[in-house]
Amino acid sequence: MIVGAGVVGAACAYYAARAGLSVAVVDRGPVAGGTTGAGEGNLLVSDKEAGAELDLALLSTRLWRELAEALPPRDAIEYEPKGGLVVASDGTALTALRALAAGQRAAGVTAHEVAPGELARLEPGLAPGLAGGVHYPQDAQVQPARAAAALLRAARRMGAAVRLGEEVTAVLTGPDGTVRGVRTPRGDLRAPAVVNAAGTWGGHVAALAGTRLPVMPRRGFVLVTEPLPPGFVRHKVYAADYVADVASGSADLQSSAVVEGTPAGPVLIGATRERVGFDRTLSTEALHRLAARAVALFPALERVHAIRAYCGFRPYLPDHLPAIGPDPRVPGLHHACGHEGAGIGLAPATAVLVTAALTGAEPPVPAAPFRPDRFTP
Amino acid sequence: MTPHRFTFDGTPLTAVPGQTLAAALWAAGITSWRTTRHRRAPRGAFCFIGTCHDCLATVNGRPNQRACLLPVRPGDTVTTQEGTGHDPVR
Amino acid sequence: MTPSADLAVVGAGPAGLAAAVTAADRGLRVVLLDAGERPGGQIHRHAAGQAHPPSLHGRRHFAPRARRLAAHRRAGRVTHLPAHHVWTVVPHDGADGAWALHAVAGPDEAPATVHARTVLLATGAYERHLPFPGWTLPGVVGAGGAQALLKSGLVLPGRRVVVAGSGPLLLAVAGSLAAAGARVPAVVEAADYTAYASGLPTLLRNPGKLAEAALHGGTLLRHAARLLTRHAVTAAHGTTRVEAVTVTRLDRDWRPVPGTSRRVPCDALAVGHGLVPQLELATGLGCATRRTPDDTPALVVDADQATTVPGVWAAGETGGVGGADLALTEGEIAADAIAHALRGTPRDPRRTAALTRRRARLRAFADTMAAAHRPGPGWTGWLDDTTEVCRCEEVTAGRVREAVADLGAHDARTVKLLTRAGMGWCQGRMCGQAVARLAGEPPAPDRRPLSCPVPLGHLAAPPTTDPTDRGARA
Repeated sequence: MIVGAGVVGAACAYYAARAGLSVAVVDRGPVAGGTTGAGEGNLLVSDKEAGAELDLALLSTRLWRELAEALPPRDAIEYEPKGGLVVASDGTALTALRALAAGQRAAGVTAHEVAPGELARLEPGLAPGLAGGVHYPQDAQVQPARAAAALLRAARRMGAAVRLGEEVTAVLTGPDGTVRGVRTPRGDLRAPAVVNAAGTWGGHVAALAGTRLPVMPRRGFVLVTEPLPPGFVRHKVYAADYVADVASGSADLQSSAVVEGTPAGPVLIGATRERVGFDRTLSTEALHRLAARAVALFPALERVHAIRAYCGFRPYLPDHLPAIGPDPRVPGLHHACGHEGAGIGLAPATAVLVTAALTGAEPPVPAAPFRPDRFTP
Repeated sequence: MTPHRFTFDGTPLTAVPGQTLAAALWAAGITSWRTTRHRRAPRGAFCFIGTCHDCLATVNGRPNQRACLLPVRPGDTVTTQEGTGHDPVR
Repeated sequence: MTPSADLAVVGAGPAGLAAAVTAADRGLRVVLLDAGERPGGQIHRHAAGQAHPPSLHGRRHFAPRARRLAAHRRAGRVTHLPAHHVWTVVPHDGADGAWALHAVAGPDEAPATVHARTVLLATGAYERHLPFPGWTLPGVVGAGGAQALLKSGLVLPGRRVVVAGSGPLLLAVAGSLAAAGARVPAVVEAADYTAYASGLPTLLRNPGKLAEAALHGGTLLRHAARLLTRHAVTAAHGTTRVEAVTVTRLDRDWRPVPGTSRRVPCDALAVGHGLVPQLELATGLGCATRRTPDDTPALVVDADQATTVPGVWAAGETGGVGGADLALTEGEIAADAIAHALRGTPRDPRRTAALTRRRARLRAFADTMAAAHRPGPGWTGWLDDTTEVCRCEEVTAGRVREAVADLGAHDARTVKLLTRAGMGWCQGRMCGQAVARLAGEPPAPDRRPLSCPVPLGHLAAPPTTDPTDRGARA
């Protein structure tokens, strides 16, 4: 029983069904109704320092490439292995970027340093005068809502039951505290295992099961431009200080911008990070900072119109790592949430770990760093 | 009042002062001045009140201007807008 | 810093204009921002080169207010900012006002910001459209658009113009097209006018409106146009321009009746299904909405026209489409209330009572009309899978239906995410109603944090100065 029809829940349904498990997905909203629908579809290895999350991202990179082939029709998820380009504005930033890339290479990431004179070859629209950059060919992109919908459709075709518009109001437990299923307004749904893939609302589902998971919303604004010709922005391009912003624990507004084109034409500029609860009020300051960063990287964007802006809420855990796997405090409860801004990228690897735990198989990467009970005071 | 002179794809046209570009083109029998991005279908003005953005035109080199809102100014150079209205990237 | 305006009014149509001049009469400092070049909004359109809108309503109601506006501008009580597209209103923490209004100004798209203590949203409405095969052909125009083209552009949309859709505007449009010399072979109305019978008492309390309808009907009869009720244009034909339309009879639910189609040659089609309030500035501020009898979202306002957000008022179509007379009335009520709230300006109880009665009567009439012209659920029967629903992104009905049937979309937002319907230039204003219906839900209130396209250069630049401050210094 998977709670959540975002990309993580959909991936869990897909891999669990493929492993032969009997699967149901329940969500109070539609497919991709939460953070997935607000995401940009970043499949990034470039923004992660060497460590457990990077291992997960590298596994996911391979899995997404397979999924792009396996999920019909061919362009169902708009998979683009476009690569990332991280640029440094000055010598200090470049030194830090080189150090980051060296660690990543040791962990298995492909990272090529790009000399200042070579940047224009990769990205003709980049501002002149940058100190250099690193090209990450493994970075890729999907259209997140379509990816979640395609995974869920494939899971359904393998027999998964999908119940959308049905809110889980209780997690059912037996006398010994073991999970027995979930309750919705339409009745009780019995299952020996419940997967909490409720994203930003994962803390709420954990509470329904009588345990604690400190997932908090970290708001992000994304700016969307008018449609532009193909090639205007070719890679996922961002400034080196983005990595520091991702890793920051501060509640204040961080605003380094990833700039990227989409097959549909618009360029996406995103996203800010700030902890303000579930407040959807437009922040002109957030838009200002995004636009300023993007125009600094691509001066031609100055005359381009933003036609849309939206915000989403990343599921944030204090150490920036997701919670994945069985919860020892509640037998039968598994978590797959708290991926912050990396949920699209990490979804398949997360699902493979969850499926391994459900079937008793050996996990392909160590799951220990993602233990859901690591926050217990 | 002297009409404003402007050109559309090189053809000289006139507009009553205060007339929008969409009205002036329509008066000249021109009902489409844009092609869509995907199907290359012809489009002109539809809502005439600035809402639908079907009437986007390139005016004096600035793409994506709403012809139904924009008053013609003397000497405007208007061109049919293809696709996104932005030059393709080499 | 110079203290900014007491009141910022967004929109210079009947509601905004009435509110701005009334508030200035009461001594408030007002900034009036409007997307149009000249005050009057969509209804009081100036012919290019003319000083005043030509209509009877315009002479009686617009001209005197326009004169008062001019006097207030000269006296410095009202700053009128034409061609200002307000893209957002946000709370502002400053001595110069509680609100900041950001706008894109003029043909060169200059940035502008206004600060004010209170805000009145009079952003009006736009036309509701229901797609049909061929509706993207040049020569197919909005019914309100045809009116705008004729009134301000002095141009007929065609020589032989079919008028179709639903709502009282159709007769007015057909009447003015015919009077201007176009042939109108048919006025095709999807609703049944007998639907008004249930609202007869309301109609009889609004004799002015009946006279208006009779006037339009008379004009039409003189020009020998046919009024076909419970019919719809179910397809437009042509290659580079519309050459003919298919007209089909509808059942009670607006489902096309097989075997009743006929072809009507024309060189233009003016089509519209009534109006929907433009709400994104209000919803962006968190103003609560309600549903009007045709299921359309509109703002919740109290007896003083205050929205549910303190400091923000609304008047006119934003509170539910009801026409120019209602908009004027609401604008005056709001202005009185704002002056009272800010300055303690006493309100004349007799005036307030009269305005309130008038508002109630006109609102009841609007509700009757909305219920009668509410689109029936069967209209989707005239879409085939290749019909473009989203004009901007060229998304077909077939793709929308696939997203709903096969991909787990149960609402318009998810359809948008999965198909891009509503993600283009117009941000779903044209297809939103249709997409919601295909997704099986009534249309949700507009959510558009940017209410018009904004150059990234504006957003990237440091915060701009307030043009009203500039005005004060000049």
